[in-house]
Parts: sequence; structure tokens; C-alpha cells
Amino acid sequence: MHIHKFEKIWLIFGVTTLLVFLSVIGVSAFYLGNQPPSCLATINPEKVDTTAPFDKPGLNKVEGKEWDYELVYVASAFNYTPGEVEVPLGAKVKVLATTKDVVHGFNVAGTNINMMLEPGYISEYVTTFDKAGEYLIVCNEYCGAGHHMMSSMIKVVE
Amino acid sequence: MNSFVEKIKKVDPRDAKLGMAHFYVAFIGLFIGGMAGLLQTLVRSGQFTLPAGIGYYQLLTLHGVVLALVMTTYFIMGFQLVSVSRTAGTLTNKQRNTGWVGFWLMTIGTVMAAVMILLNEASVLYTFYAPLQAHALFYIGLTLVIVGSWVSGSAIIMAYVAWRRKNPGQPSPLLTFMSLVNTLMWIVATIGVASTVLFQLLPWSLGLVERVDVAISRTLFWYFGHPLVYFWLLPAYMAWYVVVPKIIGGKIFSDSLARLSFILFLLFSIPVGFHHQLMEPGIDPAWKFLQVVLTFMVIIPSLMTAFSLFATFETFGRSKGATGLFGWLKKLPWGDARFLIPFIGMLSFIPGGAGGIINASNQMNQVIHNTIWVTGHFHLTVATAVILTFFGISYWLIPHLTGRTLTKAMNKLAILQGVLWAIGMTFMSGAMHFAGLLGAPRRSAYSEYGGAAQAAEWVPYQIAQAVGGSILFIAIILVLYIFINLAFFAPKGEEEFPVGEAANTTEKAPMILENWKLWLGIVVLLIAFAYTIPFIDLIENAPIGSKGYKLW
Repeated sequence: MHIHKFEKIWLIFGVTTLLVFLSVIGVSAFYLGNQPPSCLATINPEKVDTTAPFDKPGLNKVEGKEWDYELVYVASAFNYTPGEVEVPLGAKVKVLATTKDVVHGFNVAGTNINMMLEPGYISEYVTTFDKAGEYLIVCNEYCGAGHHMMSSMIKVVE
Repeated sequence: MNSFVEKIKKVDPRDAKLGMAHFYVAFIGLFIGGMAGLLQTLVRSGQFTLPAGIGYYQLLTLHGVVLALVMTTYFIMGFQLVSVSRTAGTLTNKQRNTGWVGFWLMTIGTVMAAVMILLNEASVLYTFYAPLQAHALFYIGLTLVIVGSWVSGSAIIMAYVAWRRKNPGQPSPLLTFMSLVNTLMWIVATIGVASTVLFQLLPWSLGLVERVDVAISRTLFWYFGHPLVYFWLLPAYMAWYVVVPKIIGGKIFSDSLARLSFILFLLFSIPVGFHHQLMEPGIDPAWKFLQVVLTFMVIIPSLMTAFSLFATFETFGRSKGATGLFGWLKKLPWGDARFLIPFIGMLSFIPGGAGGIINASNQMNQVIHNTIWVTGHFHLTVATAVILTFFGISYWLIPHLTGRTLTKAMNKLAILQGVLWAIGMTFMSGAMHFAGLLGAPRRSAYSEYGGAAQAAEWVPYQIAQAVGGSILFIAIILVLYIFINLAFFAPKGEEEFPVGEAANTTEKAPMILENWKLWLGIVVLLIAFAYTIPFIDLIENAPIGSKGYKLW
């Protein structure tokens, strides 16, 4: 099979760029720890309200961990508990969330906190809230007739 | 081989009838789905509410099912069947009848699913994620669509096998080869969605089992969901590689490389579904990354395709005496809708492809996952690159099949349609991309989210989407007008089914490219490599399953 000289140059350039790009993603994921939320822990979706830490939704201070707070959410059609929460500026927070019924989304709009909530699974993401302001949480996976009403609010305060 | 192809220039009327049956359904689907899309953009502008108790998500389900599953599948099956008939010879009665059986199975299934959507028994969107539970007839309908497409696909496989038997040691005609690759990919990919529907969702919706494993179901869906987009794309590539060179009067840059790029798509389209599941729990991030790497392998055949197309354009332009770096651009037939409309599609695939690279990168996906950016993305790829190419194909294929011609007036109207599409989509898709970066969710009705400041920022973009959506709907009306003209009213005559020839006819494509044991073997190995361990993990660590919910 004959490959034109220019096409060879083009493909070598393209494949090299691709390898560089994949290396950047790989180093970011495995060396810098920027992995997408991939928690492997499971939970009984029918017993969420009595299972720790989801029995105490909201912001909970924790000791002896890599993060200062755990921010716990329980999602169900069509709301999040808590509906509003205040987080101190600069706090390192582990966000934990799960759903009691169908699949929901959990996106803190305009940030990198974006996770799928699936029945039976816990989703978590560690982040630092380093900018004050109001952050809207929206459900970004279709969950039923009230899907677009499903939201919550994080207020990052000094 | 070439002399053989030269002899059969026209699709046999009996095969043409089979093709047209597919196109009637596809264009009815375009009207219904386009209408739903227009209404959605109007609702999201906040200025309009749906009448007569129609639900937004009911409409959205209709839009997705009718356009993403029905319209595309019908057009592709019709196009592939007539392409095989044109290049490998008229279908035998057995092959044609198989095609008809496939057509009717798909049609019965489509009607069943559509009725359930209209009765509001299946407002689960076209991805039908469990544990939202639709009526069993919706799942049965979708199963029939897929089984029907397998039957139609087997007609293509039979025609290919018959041609190879008649022409031992010869590479198959390029369009037939490409139709076959796409059919094989479709069959391997749809096994995933068929499995979740038949073994999980259907028994569960019938009440035979109480619970369903959500993560497994989603994984099986996305095993199908990504090759689905390549199933849409490859027929467009068929037109770009083989038809467009002939339309402009040029040659196919390289027959062998075109085949090689299709084989690479076959290999790397399927073991990549996790890049749609990057934000999901229950899947180890190392496996997600592996599939991200495999996802990016399709960039190689995409680069090959881009090179070939523009090499064809430039070679043609220079053969007409073009000089300078870009002089050849002036020699292209810009006034010919059969060229211009697919060309607009090619251009839209540049930002579309770049957006796809962003979407499949684990970290960047976190910014845009399930925002309306994603909707903007696939309206550039499938709803511009692919669909405009399908329209461009229709403008010569419909009159070819009906024994009519594309008149100058219709050609002008077709150009207007393409330009309107480009303008409308720039507004709609552009606004979707920007709003998505600000966090606006996809698949959501209009909402002020309790007066949140962030949600207010999204509204101007939503109004821009409605403007774009309205322009697109006008373009759809034009397409339908042209389609009806070409099917029933255009003057009788001979419209060419353009099939390009390779620039170098002495170079025979390597026969290894037709060794399906080899390629399907590699496909199976890659799938096993990418999926076995994470799939076993999902089963072994599965939480208790979910009961069904009907929350609409």
C-alpha cells in the first residue's frame, strides 16, 4: 500500500501530537491525581437515610483526614438535601452524594464538581472552595418531570 | 473490476423501491423530530409553554428517538442497500426480500415505540436510563428496530459474500466494502443495547423480575452508544471518500487508504464506551483512562480522511490549472449543491471533532459533562456534518431512484437550505457550547432555579438557541419541499449516482483488508481487553438492584 510522502508527514505529526496529548492527560490523572470521580463504594439505596454518613446530610467537620469537612448530599426526585449550605472560604471539602431513587446528576455549575449519582453507589469528590460566592447545584441527568426544578445552593462565605 | 462497475450504472428499480421506502420513513422522521426540536428551543427560551398537556420530556424523548435512532438508521440502511446494489450488482430476490423483512420489522418497532411515547408511557429519553421504567411495548419496539436493522444488514452481508465468490481474489467495490464495514460494526455494537433491553429492561418492565442493575445496564448501553455515532458518521465518510470526488470531477486519492481508515474505525469505535461514563461511580479510573486512550485512536483515521479529502480537492484544482497555495479552492464547484452541502458538513466536523477530543479527555469532561455543551457538540457532528451530507446525498440519490432530475431551481433552493443550516447551527450550537461552559445543564426544560444568579446568565444563550432552532426549522421545511419535489414532481430524466474512481487504478488494494476473520478477531480481542475486568468488577461488587420508577 502506497502512502504519499505528505500524508506520512501529516500522520507522523498528528500521531506525535496525539501521544503528547495523551501523556498530558495521563500524567494529570495518575501523577497529579486529577482523576474523574470514580468512587467504588456501594450502599443500599433504600436505606440511605439510616446509613452513615448520609444519615447526617450537610456540612460536617471531620478530624484526622486529608480534608477539613465532609459535605454530604442525599438526592431524590426532585430535590437535594440539604437545599442550601454555607461553606467557609478556603475549606478543603470532600463532597459525598448518593441517590435514593433514579439516576441524578450533581453539577456545581461553573466548577469541576460534576458527578453522576447512581442508585446503589456513592459518588465523591475532594475539592477546595477558594472563591467566595453562590454556587448553584443542578441536576444534569434527566430524572423525571421535575428534573429542571432540582437544585441546591452552596454559599462560600468568609 | 472497473469495467464491471461501468456496466451497471443505474440502481435496479426493484432495489430503488426498497431504498425509497427507507427514505420516506427517514424524511417523515426528520419532520417530526425537527418540529419537536424547534418546540424545545422555544420552551427553553422561557417565552413559550407547550400546549395541550404535552410534556417537555415527552417531546425530548420523541426528538431523540425519532432523529437519533429512527431517521438515521433508516437513511443509512437505505443508502447502504442501494450503494451495494449500484456497485456490487443488483440484489438477488433473496437479498432484496431480506431487506424488505428488515424494513418492516423496523417499521413495526418504530410505530410501537412512537405510540408509547405519544401516550406518555415512555418519557425516558432515547437513552432510557434505568431505573426510569417505560412501558414494555417501548422496549419491544426498540428491540424490533434493532433486530430489523440486523436483518437488513444481513442482506448487505449476503450481497458482499456473493460478490466475493463471483470475483475471487479481487478487492470488493469500495462502496460495498464500506457498507459492509459499517454493517459489521453496527451488529457488534448493537449486541450491547440488545442485551440490556432483552435480558434486563424488558423482563423488568414486564414485572418478571423486580430489580435491575443500573450500572450494568448503562455500561451495556454505552458499549453501543459510542459506535452508534460512528454508525452515523461512516455513511457520510462513504460519500466524502467515494461520491464527492466524482461530483467535482476528480479522483479518489487512495482506494487502499480509504479502506484502511474504515478498518481502523471498525477496530476503535467500540471498546471506548467508558468515555461517556467518566463521571460515574463503580468504574476504576484506570479502566476509564484505558478506554480514553482507545477513544483517541480514531483520531488517526480521522486525520487520514481529512488528508485524503483535501488532497482530492487540491489535486483536482491543480489539474484545472490552479496556481498558488490556495488557488485550487476557486476551481471547486461551489454552485453544485451535491458538493457544497457535504462540504459545509466537512467543515463543521473540524470544530465538532475538536470538541469530541475535549469531551473524551477525563479532566476536561468534568467541566462539560451533561452540560448543554454536549448537545452543542453532537449538533455539530451528527446534526450538521452527518445530516448535511445525508441531504447532499439525497439531492442526487432520490431523483436517481425515482427516475427524475435535480433541476437548477431545486439546486439553488438546496444551496439556500445548506447556508441556512450553517447559520442556524452556528447560533444554536455556538450558544449551547458557551452556556455549557457556564454550567447550563442539557436535557432540561426552562427553569430559573429559584432565581439563582448563575441560571439568569444562561437565559440570553437560550434565546440565541431558539433563534438558531427557528432558522434550522425553516431549513428543514426547505429540505422536505425539495425531497417531495424530487420524489414526485421533478422532471423525468437521468440523475447520476456518482461513484468515484481511484487516482491510481493500477494499485490493487491489499486483500488482507478483506480478511474478516482477522479484523473481527481483533475487534473481539480489543473489546475483551477493554471491558472484561471492569465488567466483572461491576457484577461482583454490584449493590442491590433498583425497582422501576415512573416519574413523569
